[in-house]
Amino acid sequence: MALLAVLVLAVFPQVAQPYYITLVLPALAYSIALLGFNLLFGTTGLLSFGHALFVAIGAYGAAVLSSKLGVRSFEAVLLLSGAAAVAIALPVALLSVRYVRIFFGILTLAFGMLFHSFLFKFYDITGGDTGIRVLRPALLGMDFKSLDKTAFLIGPFYYYCLALLVLLAFVMWRLIHSPFGLHLVAIRENPRKAEYLGVRVRRFRLIAFLISAFYCAVGGVILAINTGQADPELAYWTHSGELVFMTVLGGFASFFGPLVGAFTFIFLKSELMGVTQYWRFVLGVTLLLIVILFPRGLMGLANDLWARVRRA
Amino acid sequence: MTPLIETIGVGKAYGDFVALDDVSLSIAEGELVSIVGPNGAGKTTLVNVLTGLLRPSAGVVRFKGEDIAGIGPVKLARRGMARAFQLVHIFPAMTVAETIAVAVLSQTGKSRRLFASVRSDAAVHDRVREVATIFGLEAKLDAESRLLSQGEKKLLDIASAFALAPEVILLDEPTSGVSSGDKHGIMRNVVDAARRAGVKAIILVEHDMDLVAEYSSRIVALTAGKVLADRAPAEFFGDPEIVAAVVGKMVGKLKKSA
Repeated sequence: MALLAVLVLAVFPQVAQPYYITLVLPALAYSIALLGFNLLFGTTGLLSFGHALFVAIGAYGAAVLSSKLGVRSFEAVLLLSGAAAVAIALPVALLSVRYVRIFFGILTLAFGMLFHSFLFKFYDITGGDTGIRVLRPALLGMDFKSLDKTAFLIGPFYYYCLALLVLLAFVMWRLIHSPFGLHLVAIRENPRKAEYLGVRVRRFRLIAFLISAFYCAVGGVILAINTGQADPELAYWTHSGELVFMTVLGGFASFFGPLVGAFTFIFLKSELMGVTQYWRFVLGVTLLLIVILFPRGLMGLANDLWARVRRA
Repeated sequence: MTPLIETIGVGKAYGDFVALDDVSLSIAEGELVSIVGPNGAGKTTLVNVLTGLLRPSAGVVRFKGEDIAGIGPVKLARRGMARAFQLVHIFPAMTVAETIAVAVLSQTGKSRRLFASVRSDAAVHDRVREVATIFGLEAKLDAESRLLSQGEKKLLDIASAFALAPEVILLDEPTSGVSSGDKHGIMRNVVDAARRAGVKAIILVEHDMDLVAEYSSRIVALTAGKVLADRAPAEFFGDPEIVAAVVGKMVGKLKKSA
């Protein structure tokens, strides 16, 4: 199934209109971010309402590195922005993982809002509400000067990001099926019992938090390059809410759920915005129905249907 | 010979309330020590102090000669003490094999392997099967824990503690919530498994005097936070005053189990 999805995505730019291809790019970006987000939420059981913070750090990292410091290498931008996100995540996580459930959620929300106001107030560094421009990066040292912006984005950049998603999904798959991943599940299921079995609960939560911050930053870098702009909206708390929305929509209990959620959300939002100005309302109702009728999201629904088909 | 576990003058107070007062006891290799007493006598507090969860407000608590006051369950598990809870503690969504594997991985220091595969680790796999077999759970290895019967959940809870290969295991009412027909089966199972697995001492917190009488090598009775008696079973049950002090408030419970 995963292989088929990658094939479809690989062929997609050859057959679809550029508009739809530019929609896939943010979906790829969110897929990567949500792989990380869901390591914390689905696997470890910690629901963050502030992870847009790390998406924004990725975006601003790309902006500062490309427009202010002249770093053009995409790989360098990814690694440096990811490292910045991990560095900022460390103190946030050290405080937050002492708490669980709603307290963890509120604390991460507070950190996200703090960062958002920082972006707004410190005009000289962050460009305030206009943000900072993000310049086109060089991929593996090649800068594709002959291509215009759209051709670059839906051509080499698209394939690069797709490859990146495959790579990071593979890494996440290995993580989740490693002893480390099993311990995270144990922590989600029963932290007290896990402790008595010798699992360092807080330390493992911390590591999961840092990994999730890195993935979110990589997603943020791609988002920013796609729009050519890093703006404070990326750090706004509603954006954190969208991360939760996509994950629940696709199904947090499944590895590929968040990816399905990301693609569904991006395309649904784009279609709804074309049809009605009340698209937020429709999205809200959609989430409501998903939570009530299919709490395991679209992937949960798909699994149930598949099981029924096989039985019939 | 240094005792495995030792408390000297341990006290624990919460504000004005004294939960433990001057408790001194020592547990040596080969013993199965039962801690008994009416509700509110301080059994749970003592267990929490012995497992490093609570730091006593007075006195010393040692495990293998080292001070373990308040060191916490993770370090204690690594030093060789495991605990099974009164209320069943399992990981509901994990299978029996995964649950035991958590303990095996942490005990063998493999927890931090970020990219290794749990499934293809033959050593872990064998050890998981071995532990499951001891507790008669080998047919349920791939079953989700939440779908097990109450008795099986209890066994899994204890089995996962055993998978740490502890030197001392602390059992907090291991048969609570289990039908009275099953309780002897579970106890026998646990004690046999402990002997085979090389566990050096067992601490049993128990209300059920049938079990206490049958399995203990020594009985420590607590009332109101103090040690009332510390005797061999024959002497303990031979002293009606002490039995009354401990059991008197539990007559209803005894009748129920009889």
